Amino acid sequence: MAALSRTDVEHVAFLARLGLTDEELSLLEGQLNHILDQYRVLSELDTESIPPTAQVIGVENILRDDVAETSLTPDEALAGAPERQDDYFVVPVVVEGAD
Amino acid sequence: MAEAAAQARVARGAVAWEAVIGIEVHAQLRTASKMFCACSADLRDAGPNTHTCPVCLGMPGVLPVINRRAVELVLSTGMAIDAEIASVTRWDRKNYFYPDLPKGYQISQFDLPLAAHGQLALDTSEGPFTVRIRRAHLEEDTARLQHTADATGRRISLVDFNRSGLPLLEIVTEPDIRTAEQARRYAEELRLLLRTIGASDAEMENGQMRVEANVSIRPAGTHGFGVRSEVKNMNSFRAVERAIAHEIERQAAVLEAGGTLVQETRGWDDVRNETYTMRSKEDSDDYRYFPEPDLPPLRTDPAWLDAIRASMPELPAKRRTRYVSILGLTPYDAGVIVADPAASALFEDALASAAGLPADRRPVPKALANWVTGEYLRLAKQRDDGGHASGAELTRLVSMVGEGRISGTNAKEVFGRHVGSGEPVEAIVSSMGLTQISDSVALSAAIDGVLAANPAAVADCRAGKDQAVRFLVGQVMKATRGQANATMVQRLVRERLEERA
Repeated sequence: MAALSRTDVEHVAFLARLGLTDEELSLLEGQLNHILDQYRVLSELDTESIPPTAQVIGVENILRDDVAETSLTPDEALAGAPERQDDYFVVPVVVEGAD
Repeated sequence: MAEAAAQARVARGAVAWEAVIGIEVHAQLRTASKMFCACSADLRDAGPNTHTCPVCLGMPGVLPVINRRAVELVLSTGMAIDAEIASVTRWDRKNYFYPDLPKGYQISQFDLPLAAHGQLALDTSEGPFTVRIRRAHLEEDTARLQHTADATGRRISLVDFNRSGLPLLEIVTEPDIRTAEQARRYAEELRLLLRTIGASDAEMENGQMRVEANVSIRPAGTHGFGVRSEVKNMNSFRAVERAIAHEIERQAAVLEAGGTLVQETRGWDDVRNETYTMRSKEDSDDYRYFPEPDLPPLRTDPAWLDAIRASMPELPAKRRTRYVSILGLTPYDAGVIVADPAASALFEDALASAAGLPADRRPVPKALANWVTGEYLRLAKQRDDGGHASGAELTRLVSMVGEGRISGTNAKEVFGRHVGSGEPVEAIVSSMGLTQISDSVALSAAIDGVLAANPAAVADCRAGKDQAVRFLVGQVMKATRGQANATMVQRLVRERLEERA
């Protein structure tokens, strides 16, 4: 397992939309690599015969019937909105399209 | 036409290009409630943010619960495309930040889709074609954004979370498609399949079915892949074909001019007839999928799968084959009927009703099919509600024509009224006084009257003018308000003329 480079840390910070200072990046670069070192120790174990596990609570097939129930009113839904226009939430444009 | 021009260009260039196309379809599933919460999924006439709750608004601390019906609809779809169904599946988080996604991740499926390795067979103008389908999985839809400006001119987005959390089926093909027409036909056939099994209404015009195409080109005969673009915003089947044809031509033009292509997402502009750059895709694939910890895994029990399989209706391809090989319809008529679920249901009901009649009064399937492809589809297209045609009534009407109780022309009028009102055909026939006169005594009286009133035409007939005979027959039909049996009238008129000679 190769160590995380400074560029990797910057990229992960960007994906998480974290604006980090040079100092914070250095701190996190050390901490992230330290965590990866612990995994390096774990990866020494032979797990060949153990199936991958994504859940440890031991339940499966929790489904609900397709029945519609009452929703919130627009005023309830928008109660915590920093800004609203009529019954819409308002957010700054995140430019993705042509306009 | 743009399509023809594009194909001509691809063939004409210094290099012959071959297109490599893969299609990704998202279809809203036909459920009563959303994917992971109990908000209603019926958004017709819904005002903004009227169908939300803490789950689909992405509030902290809430937990999703899987909608069983949505899973079943994807499993049916998997079976309908002949796919392998996962015995164990789970959901994963696809992480990205965008205002249409309040949690910061979309619950989707990554490495264990509900269905994989399927296929869909279709007909094109160049012959039959089979598209391999890589996977079909179940995810949640995102909120709807409207980009606008506020009173001060600041650019804002208005967010409506009604769509957030609707169950969404994603179906991805292998890059098997080679022409814009194949792409359109695939989308059409998939839509028909989804509607037939009741998985989705799949109306492209209102976003229930969204089609995206990955398009690249390569010199014909080579096997590598060119730089691809993802084409979006195609909101009709016609747009799918035109957008892809345009994109193939655009890429060929860039390469032939010595340029290079960049991997990007392009939108289709239906008015200007061209694609435009939406965004370049360098790191948007960095979704950091990981298993959704809030949802336990799902095991698809064989008994559950058997029950779903047993409840599946006859699929379009099988139905077309049956119509042609067993019922004797032409492939064209079979295709027209099966392509329209309402026409198909009408025809099936008419057949079932005909099966209950004695053989001498039973209309043949071909006769029923002619009414469905002709009069029914013509009338249904003129109406917003599709009309009120009943298969049993159609069979009764065709049977009355066969027995000579009503003329073909009058039957069309009766059927038109039936489609409009749903009234039984017998009632319409008697209220219009249309029962056909096949009684030779009654007809003779009418014929005698017409001959007496038209001595000149009678003389022309005797001089051998066939046209005059047709005129006299027409006059008899008119005198009986179309109720006379036309074949009998012809025979009787000729007999009477000979007697008089």
